[in-house]
Amino acid sequence: MSPEFLYTIEVILNGLMAGIMYSLVALGFVLIFKASGIFNYAQGVMALFAALTLVGFQSGQIPFSHLINVMFGTEYHHWGEGMNNFLAIVLTILVMIAFAWLVEKLVLKHLVNQAPIILFMATIGLAFFMEGFGDLMWGANIKTLDVGIPSGGSFWWEDVTRTWATEGSEYYGMYIDVLDVWATGIAVALVIVLMLFSQFTKTGRALRAVADDHQAALTVGISLRTIWVIVWSIAGIVALVAGIMWGSKSGVQFSLSLIALKALPVLILGGFTSIPGAIIGGLIIGVGEKLFEFWVGPLIGGATENWFAYVLALFFLMFRPQGLFGEKIIERV
Amino acid sequence: MFYRESGDFKTSYSGDQQIFPIAFDRWVVIAFCAFAFVVVPFLINDYWEKSVLVPVLVWSLAALGLNILTGYCGQVSLGTGGFMAVGAYASYKLTTSFPEMNMFIVILLSGGVTALVGIVFGLPSLRIKGFYLAVATLASQFFLVWLFNKVPWFYNYSASGQISAPERFVFGIAISGPNSPPWATYLFCLTFVVVFALIAKNLTRGRLGRSWMAIRDMDIAAEIIGVPPLKTKLSAFAVSSFYIGISGALFFMVYLGAAEPTEAFGIEKSFLVLFMIIIGGLGSIFGSFIGAAFMILMPVLFKNIMVGGLGWPTDLVAHLIFMLIGGLIMFFLIVEPHGLAQLWRVTKEKLRLWPFPH
Repeated sequence: MSPEFLYTIEVILNGLMAGIMYSLVALGFVLIFKASGIFNYAQGVMALFAALTLVGFQSGQIPFSHLINVMFGTEYHHWGEGMNNFLAIVLTILVMIAFAWLVEKLVLKHLVNQAPIILFMATIGLAFFMEGFGDLMWGANIKTLDVGIPSGGSFWWEDVTRTWATEGSEYYGMYIDVLDVWATGIAVALVIVLMLFSQFTKTGRALRAVADDHQAALTVGISLRTIWVIVWSIAGIVALVAGIMWGSKSGVQFSLSLIALKALPVLILGGFTSIPGAIIGGLIIGVGEKLFEFWVGPLIGGATENWFAYVLALFFLMFRPQGLFGEKIIERV
Repeated sequence: MFYRESGDFKTSYSGDQQIFPIAFDRWVVIAFCAFAFVVVPFLINDYWEKSVLVPVLVWSLAALGLNILTGYCGQVSLGTGGFMAVGAYASYKLTTSFPEMNMFIVILLSGGVTALVGIVFGLPSLRIKGFYLAVATLASQFFLVWLFNKVPWFYNYSASGQISAPERFVFGIAISGPNSPPWATYLFCLTFVVVFALIAKNLTRGRLGRSWMAIRDMDIAAEIIGVPPLKTKLSAFAVSSFYIGISGALFFMVYLGAAEPTEAFGIEKSFLVLFMIIIGGLGSIFGSFIGAAFMILMPVLFKNIMVGGLGWPTDLVAHLIFMLIGGLIMFFLIVEPHGLAQLWRVTKEKLRLWPFPH
């Protein structure tokens, strides 16, 4: 095989794995949108917050230590050595569940029956609040996150692919980050678990009922508010997974919350209501933007990844305004 | 007691249709404008100009523009920052290519250029609605900022990739560049804001504004009663982008002086303007002003109290301000989804009867 062809394959593979990372964030959006019709802009910030909390627990930071130190003139930073990964993850999940409960109690409960756009804006407000809150709680410096997932290039894959190239050509093998492979595996596992959960458990059935029809679900005795807390908790856990993956990849920092913006084109491409749509949308966006950058990028100055996803999604929307897998939009006067 | 329409007789149609039908309202607004035009320029100093008055004026204009699109026509846009960048770069290219051109014309033309760009990016709105459109407008935000970063022609091939405003004069007085007196820049912005607020108010009262609102309330129904969606939606995009372009041009020429697109016109600016109109009130001209003033002045106030008064570190205060903005937005959406303008309307209703209960 010629090196050019192998480069293209490498770009596609990396695009697929980048797409999986976008899908991880988009999944949380879809879950919440299906269950409550809320377009949760704060999903990206939830990932950041979860990752920050995880790092905080791991390294044994004292929450709000900066604020406390300023207010009382003390010098506290850590309460000890920190805790092991498992305990830290469990505690973070508990924090995310508590967060879901608080959001329902303090915000969503009061916004029932408002227009979707009002709810969307409320989640933007929530995103701002959590961004400030997370930074205030754990400090705004860039942190490294390590939960024991291997990372770095795979030498084995490089050796294998080097032999594929035609004899005598200057080809040194494909670069694939092991972390991305892990992320793909974890994402697949997560989707399977979510599917099993929604197919075979009582709560899962209730979730699907609410997604289908709010009022019918209410009449058969499903408590909407409990369901919302559950859905936001699940979205929080998905956010934690996304936060761990992105955090291990590029450090836990403010820019993590911007992946929400990257997940938006994935969502509109796949359709807001479809979990497979979120995955396939992510793959299309991932491959599309990497290939565009590879083929067209050098001609027009590069860094096209900033905007190409949106244009691609826009292009798809022109033909299917409800996204690839979304329910058909029916409007009645 | 004094705020009511009794004794205020209308004897002509034009009298009946004026913007402020209650005499008291009219005089307050006229007095306020007179104060802003005549008294403030004598009191203004550098601090007030740079951190309070000019930013409030510039952002009011941007909020006015977005409110026309989102509040009146119901098309949510997250591309405000990108359109402001178009206005800024248009004014830069115009004034460096034609140094003799009058600044008023430069700013107006930049608005015109932005309106054209706005129409192009408004085209998807004919097919895409709601959230889908909001995400689609992000394409314009990121694409435009990328474009201004990557094409050297826009920044006149300067080595830093920045644009900086040359010194320009109106009636012989500098309004841009480092030597411009505070009162001149303030008056220059104020003129634009007052004129265009008046135009916006009249637009929204007229035929065009009514068709915008019809589209906002239900586009299919509006189409059935004969409001053309193509013309209406695109005109909303054009007018809105015109306002945003002017505000972007003023933001760059008068306020910033030098700009780098990702820094000055990023996505956070789009959100800032969106927050202004939510807090101020969707579909209200007055709301755009009060929202802009609120979002600009609140951080200044809190910074002064916490950094200046209590001596807290600035990064901590920045986080607290983030929390506060987010919290306030949720609070407003829960308590008063129609924003500060609605609170003002309720207060006025109360004032009509005050101090008598009935």
